[in-house]
Amino acid sequence: MTAKYAYYPGCSLHSTAVEYDASFKAVAAKLDIELEEVPGWVCCGTSPAHSTSHLLSIALPIKNLALAEAAKATQMVVPCAACYSRFKFALYDMHHDQKIGDEVKEIVGSSFQGNIKVLHPLEVIAKLPAAVLKENVKRQIDDLKVVCYYGCLLTRPPKVVRFVAGGQTPPEAGDDVEYPTTMDKILENVGINVLDWSYKTDCCGGAFALSETDAVLTLTQRILKNALEVGADAIVVACPLCHANPDTRQAEINAKYNTNYNMPIYYFTQLMGLAFGYSPEEMLINKHLTEPALLRNVGKEQSRMSW
Amino acid sequence: METAIMPDAGFLKRLDNEIKVNVNACYQCGKCSAGCPMNYAMDLTPAQLIHAIRLGLKDLVLNSKTMWLCSSCQTCSTRCPQEVDIARVMDAVKIIAVAEGVKPQVPKVIAFNKATLRNIKWFGRMYELGLICDLKLRTLEFFKDLGLGVRMLRKGKLKLVPSVSPGRTLATMSIFSRVSNKEGQTKK
Ligand code: SF4
Ligand code: SF4
Repeated sequence: MTAKYAYYPGCSLHSTAVEYDASFKAVAAKLDIELEEVPGWVCCGTSPAHSTSHLLSIALPIKNLALAEAAKATQMVVPCAACYSRFKFALYDMHHDQKIGDEVKEIVGSSFQGNIKVLHPLEVIAKLPAAVLKENVKRQIDDLKVVCYYGCLLTRPPKVVRFVAGGQTPPEAGDDVEYPTTMDKILENVGINVLDWSYKTDCCGGAFALSETDAVLTLTQRILKNALEVGADAIVVACPLCHANPDTRQAEINAKYNTNYNMPIYYFTQLMGLAFGYSPEEMLINKHLTEPALLRNVGKEQSRMSW
Repeated sequence: METAIMPDAGFLKRLDNEIKVNVNACYQCGKCSAGCPMNYAMDLTPAQLIHAIRLGLKDLVLNSKTMWLCSSCQTCSTRCPQEVDIARVMDAVKIIAVAEGVKPQVPKVIAFNKATLRNIKWFGRMYELGLICDLKLRTLEFFKDLGLGVRMLRKGKLKLVPSVSPGRTLATMSIFSRVSNKEGQTKK
C-alpha cells in the first residue's frame, strides 16, 4: 500500500545536496512511498534564527507545518537533520508553552492544529518490514565497508525529537540517543557492509561551516580519523550538513594536520539506490567533492559485481 | 585583594523571561563541559558559564566567547543529570547580549547569523551564493573559501541566481515583521 507524506526538502536539498533529494525520491519510488512537496515552503530559520529570536525560530517551522496541514497532510518527511530538529523543537515548545503557542499562531496567521507528525527519511524507511527492503535489492555492493554517521541533532535531545519513537503509534522505545542503529540496520538489510565505530553522534561543527571554519576542521578531523581507524572506506550520512563539512573540507584538513584523507561521504539513500539497481549517474555520485572512485563504476564492471 | 561578587538580579530576571530553565538545579558535575565538542575553544566551559549566571555575573557572561562558540549540538542538554537545558541557556545569553549592545567576542558568528536571516527574509529560502557574497562584504574576508566556492559551482551545487517567488517573500517578510512587533511589545 502506498504511504503518503508531505515532503519538506529544505534549502540544502535544492542546492548543495541535490544528490540527497534525487536519491531519496528514487528510493521512495521503489518502496511505494509517495512524497508531495509542501507548496510554497520557506526556510526553517536554522541556527541563526534560534540564536537571534526564540519566537522567530518557532514561527518559521510552524508556517511550513501549517502549509503542509493546509495541503491535508498528517505526516511530513524532513531529510535534513538540522531542519528536522527545528521542526521538533517548534512542535515541542508550542505544546509546552501556551503563550508561545498563541503568539506563533497569531504571527503565522492560520488555525494551525498541530496534529501533524514530523519524520526523518530514516524513520519512514525503518517502518517498513526488512523483507520489503531485501526484495528490492538488485545488486550486491560487497567490496565497500562503511560507517554510519548520524550527527548530533537527529537523536538529541530525546525528549524533544523522539527519533524513531516519534513516528510510532503507540510510541515505542525508539533509537539509542548516543549509539543509534537505525541507519546501520537499514543498510545491512540492503546488503551493505556496515562497521561499528564510536563517532556516530559526534558534532561536525555544521553550523560554523561559513563562520568558524577552524572549528569545523578540528571536529571533522576527529570523525574522519576514527572512521579510517576502524577500516571504513566511506562515511554514510543522513543530513546535508553532516555531508557538507566532511566532504568539502578534507583538503584543508590534510593541509592543517598533515594527513592524507580521501574518504568519500555518501548519503544513505545513494547507497540504497545503488543496491536497488539505479546507476551511479542516477544517484548523482559525481556530485561529491571528495573522489567517489569506489562507487563510480558500480554496475559497469560486471566481473567485480555480482548481480 | 578580595573581589566582591555583585549579582545582577535584573539579568537573572531577563534570562528567566527569555527561557524557563532552572540554572539553580545545576550541581556542577561538569558533565556538560566534558562532552562539549567546542570546549577547547571556549573561554568559560559550559558548566562555568552556568555557574557565573547563578552568581549573577552579567558582565562576565555577556562578554564571554562561550555562547558564540556553541554549535547547538544539544549534547550538554541531553546528558545533564539535572535536566538543565544548557543549549537553551546559550541561545538566551546570545539574545540578551545582542539586546544589550555588548560587543560580541566572536563577531564572525553574528555576521553569519545576520546575513543568513536577511537572506531568508528576502528570498524565503536560503540563497547560498548570495549569502556568501553578503558575508564577504560584512567580514571583508574576500578570499576565504573562494576555491571551495568555485568547486561547488562547478559541481552545480550553488545556484547562480536565487529562486524567487513573490508569494514566498511576502510570507517570510510578514513573519519577520510580526515577530519584531511582538518582541517590541513585550519589551515595553
Ligand atoms: S551537566 Fe548539568 S548539573 Fe552538571 S555541571 Fe552541567 S549543567 Fe550542571
Ligand atoms: S550545545 Fe553548545 S554548549 Fe552544549 S555541548 Fe553542544 S556546543 Fe557545547
